[in-house]
Amino acid sequence: MIDAEHISKTFKIARRDAGFGKAVGALFKRDYTYIHALDDVSFSIPDGEIVGYIGPNGAGKSSTIKILCGILVPDSGTCLINGHVPWKERREHVKKIGVVFGQRSQLWWDVPVADSFELLKEIYAVDYAAYKKNMQDLTELLDLGDFLQLPVRSLSLGQRMRCEIAAALLHNPDILFLDEPTIGLDAVSKIAVRSFIKTLNKERHTTVLLTTHDMNDIEALARRIILIGKGHILMDTTFPDFISRADAAFKQNKGCAADRGDDNRLETLTASLYTEFGI
Amino acid sequence: MKYWCFFKIRFTTSLQYRAAALAGIVTQFAWGSLLILLFRAFYESNPAAFPLPFASLTSYIWLQQAFLTLLAPWAYNTEIMDSIQNGTIAYELCRPTDLYTMWFVKNTAERCAKVCLRGLPILIVAGFLPAPYGFSLPSGGINFFLFILSLLLGHMVVVALNMLLFITAFYTTSTQGSRILFNNVAEFLFGGVVPLPFFPPAVLAVLNFLPFSAIQNTPFLLYTGYYPAGSAVKNMCIQIFWIVILITAGHRWLKKSFRKITVMGG
Repeated sequence: MIDAEHISKTFKIARRDAGFGKAVGALFKRDYTYIHALDDVSFSIPDGEIVGYIGPNGAGKSSTIKILCGILVPDSGTCLINGHVPWKERREHVKKIGVVFGQRSQLWWDVPVADSFELLKEIYAVDYAAYKKNMQDLTELLDLGDFLQLPVRSLSLGQRMRCEIAAALLHNPDILFLDEPTIGLDAVSKIAVRSFIKTLNKERHTTVLLTTHDMNDIEALARRIILIGKGHILMDTTFPDFISRADAAFKQNKGCAADRGDDNRLETLTASLYTEFGI
Repeated sequence: MKYWCFFKIRFTTSLQYRAAALAGIVTQFAWGSLLILLFRAFYESNPAAFPLPFASLTSYIWLQQAFLTLLAPWAYNTEIMDSIQNGTIAYELCRPTDLYTMWFVKNTAERCAKVCLRGLPILIVAGFLPAPYGFSLPSGGINFFLFILSLLLGHMVVVALNMLLFITAFYTTSTQGSRILFNNVAEFLFGGVVPLPFFPPAVLAVLNFLPFSAIQNTPFLLYTGYYPAGSAVKNMCIQIFWIVILITAGHRWLKKSFRKITVMGG
């Protein structure tokens, strides 16, 4: 159970205009802007649900995930995940969650994948029998058998991402946070990842919070969608409702959106909804 | 034991880099030889002007070259600072581990692995050099035992110092400045340029109050017998004192730094 209430987070960033003169000026006087990454964000996710968390770049998706993981401390607001406040009881909290940041790697670059897995097994103190069973399942479902012995640096992105997902699940977490897990993957890998997440949710009842820019991920996985823009939650609804609202927005703004082709139907609809919200 | 596993994986990873180790051995050997030749010129002009006999000095220099990767303040991996800067730290924070301990163990493992590859070959070759240029046996069995003990303590002092340096990465955009400052100041103060007994007594008195003198100075001088075995307890207590102080400070500071974390991008 994830319960987030009124979470706000502001970043202070040094800014200056382009140019040499301005750069010299910035040596003496710094201008700062405050970026309200998250502004009064609240939502609640029951156990076993898959939620698609979407929004344009810079909307605050990753910040939210980082707060839920206990990495970032919000300026205000409360959050309770399985009875823990993530950033206050970080070590207790992270035992029960799995995380994949699509743009980073948690595997050791120079050693075989299997070594990274062994290390994670120790870090999370997974007992041997459970680990072995888990490994068997994951290897089969994600089709890892061919490259477990290879060093991570020699894997393709698709292979690596499947390993990353497996790595996040070795300790059987209750909640899985996926931050753009399909970024840069080819169609086959994307479909493999999606069907895996579906199976995982069905068999282990794992709660999944998924951020992505690929609306096909969302369509395939999420029954519920939370839309965030400029740090505010704009929509928290079911997938069909999301589509019908996006469709309405599309019909209204026909002028500004591209032609509605069938292959990028979801993208076009989402884009017109973003336009409608002005994000 | 999860921290032991961190040690193991870091250790085995570092053992892979054979070419780097070979290059390191050659470099250290050449560097040590040059230093010894340089000092020989000074000693020839007036051997009585130096606090250490020439044979002790050469042993000191060979020890320094052999244990460089274990003890040199600048021989750290920038990986941790990079992870703070580029955000890879995000994953490390998602683990149910104590970050300070984990980083400490990683560093220890890497330094130990490197010294395993490089240290012994240097000492063996240097042991075959003719006296007084070669590496000589310890001044006594007890001295050797105390040396090993003090070596391990010195290693912990330097890693604890490095940890403080790593934490500065939370506060700066580029770590280059703090690294250069630290590398040079520490190199000088820990006796990397000139062995500490060669400093004027007044300066030495101050240096002995700094943690840097508790790194290589204590074990090496115990080995050569400059520090009598009887002084070992006092000297090692100073080392332990610094370990406790530096680790406590690092631990607290790291905890404080978490609140400031901004993980950019992605």
